[in-house]
Amino acid sequence: MAGEFAVELRDVVKNFITPEGSELAAVDHVTMQIRNGEFFSMLGSSGCGKTTSLRMIAGFEWPTEGEIYIEGKAVGHTPPFQRKVNTVFQNYALFQHMTVFENVAFGLEMEGAAKEEIKKRVAKALEMVQLTGMERRRPRQLSGGQQQRVAVARALVKIPDVLLLDEPLGALDLKLRKEMQLELKALQQQLGITFVYVTHDQEEALTMSDRIAVMSKGAVRQIGTPVEIYERPSNRFVADFIGEANFFDGRIKSLAKDEALVYVPALNADLTGLPVSDGLVNGEEVVVSIRPEKVRITAEETMNTNLFRGKVTNTVYIGTDTHVYLDVCNAKLKVYEQNRISRLDPGSFYTVGQEVLLILPPENTLFLKKD
Amino acid sequence: MNPFRRSPFVIAATILVYFFLYAPIVGLVLYSFNASRTNVKFEGIIPAFSERVVMDGSLVKSSPCGPFHWYCDLAKNDDVLEAAGNTLKIAITATILSTIIGTMAALALQRYDFKLKLFSQVSLYIPIVIPEIVMGIGALTLFSQLFQFLNSTLNLSGDARLSLGIVTVTVSHIAFMIPFVTLVVQARLQGFDKSFEEAAMDLGADEWTTFRRVTFPMILPGVLSGALLAFTLSLDDFVITFFTNGPGSTTLPIYVYGLLRRIITPQVNALSTIWILVVFIAVLSLQLIQNRTEKA
Repeated sequence: MAGEFAVELRDVVKNFITPEGSELAAVDHVTMQIRNGEFFSMLGSSGCGKTTSLRMIAGFEWPTEGEIYIEGKAVGHTPPFQRKVNTVFQNYALFQHMTVFENVAFGLEMEGAAKEEIKKRVAKALEMVQLTGMERRRPRQLSGGQQQRVAVARALVKIPDVLLLDEPLGALDLKLRKEMQLELKALQQQLGITFVYVTHDQEEALTMSDRIAVMSKGAVRQIGTPVEIYERPSNRFVADFIGEANFFDGRIKSLAKDEALVYVPALNADLTGLPVSDGLVNGEEVVVSIRPEKVRITAEETMNTNLFRGKVTNTVYIGTDTHVYLDVCNAKLKVYEQNRISRLDPGSFYTVGQEVLLILPPENTLFLKKD
Repeated sequence: MNPFRRSPFVIAATILVYFFLYAPIVGLVLYSFNASRTNVKFEGIIPAFSERVVMDGSLVKSSPCGPFHWYCDLAKNDDVLEAAGNTLKIAITATILSTIIGTMAALALQRYDFKLKLFSQVSLYIPIVIPEIVMGIGALTLFSQLFQFLNSTLNLSGDARLSLGIVTVTVSHIAFMIPFVTLVVQARLQGFDKSFEEAAMDLGADEWTTFRRVTFPMILPGVLSGALLAFTLSLDDFVITFFTNGPGSTTLPIYVYGLLRRIITPQVNALSTIWILVVFIAVLSLQLIQNRTEKA
């Protein structure tokens, strides 16, 4: 294990030629560093470049520009069979003409391992994914979840430096997917192998990852821990893509070292005491963002700052939460309130047309670069 | 309940289809046991075994082979055996080569984008719709012109002179079978995901190993179907063979045609019956092999 980073992408560009003949940048100047032993996710909607990035790490695609390093070695143009990374494919890509044993043994055979060693290591890998006893089955005789485990065992049996997973749980039903998420995470922690995981499911990424790269249109929009990404999105795209948020246009009125004052026309008010984020200057037009569950509805008038009067326009009861939709000045706001106490009569709390007081807590009200 | 199940139309159509498909074959097989030498009328199956062939006019009364008289007759016919040998030689060689080339073409057309791809694709399929007789005449013209040119420029004489024969028949068969193989293999490749090959390479297999261990076994059923089609096409090809064969390269269809022009003896029927049997067994065993590999 050389160096701090298992995988590094330096200013990588991947252009594809479209059927019409024009060039399209699937990956557009992406730089990211994936640390040894971490569970790293690339998250984004389809076409954001996450799968292409993964395929370049695997060696199925070669970068048009830039370089890829695995364990500090430049591998941009190394064929896949010479890289110490293995992939779990979205459709599993199990060899249908081979048994489970032969599938898992395939990679070891390619290394030229001895028969006895192959037997031992395959048995261990299958035990790890709880498939002992299935050695002689064919892939199509297994359930989706079992096939998925075979794909994981087949890749992990080679003890790669990095395991690449391309939406491996996409084809499973919700319950099984949740189970497998926890299992994969446990497996990663137990083996200490770097996992690079591609998904479009934000909940999945938040559940499993140590760090997440949020991508869109071929570019990385933010890299951070799940908490950082959710609590401190660095731009509007990330705030919008992960979870939900209320957005207002605003302008920075004053910028101190650790707090800022932002004027929001739609609320016709200044928001004070907001945490300062880097790269913004006084007077700049920004987007103010606050998560619906961070807004507090209060009963009595307090001396609080950022206090507003709003009118309930709709409420939706969804079990764990009640979603309250409000008009505040000229803005629309949604607030998620957790149902901490049982409310058997859903109409008993807020009624449409009711006037309420709400607080936008400064520490959770962010202003972000417009994009 | 299927509403058409009891429809008299469906029943009638079924009977008619099977009648016209199989009545000629049944008749053909039956006539191969015909006692009549002229084979115009069915005179009953040769009734008895005897040490020597006993004839009554044009009727065979008894034979050492009994009802299989015409089959034994056939076995003594050197021309037939030579024609059968030629047919098999040509069919096997042409099948192997056209399957290899056709499969390669199908793989290339399926996975790569290249200039003139559409052109290659279309030009490959045009021979399928062009009348065979046109292809045959074309091949004949090509070979005779080419050989004439080579023979005169290289000053070849005697046995060294290039002429039509088993090689020209084989080459023509390969050429016209390739599109069929490509078509069949391509149809099978539709469902072949390149991620299987990527997975193999990901696990450390180089390109050749990937082809040998993963791609080829997975497309094998398609390749076998293509090969079988090519084989049967070659076995019973008449038109192209007719134009491209020469002395010593008579195939069974050409031979049978020659026989018919002189006299139709039940020998032809015996020959055809064996032929049908060979093809039937080939198709059946291939189907069985495919079923087994798919089930396993």
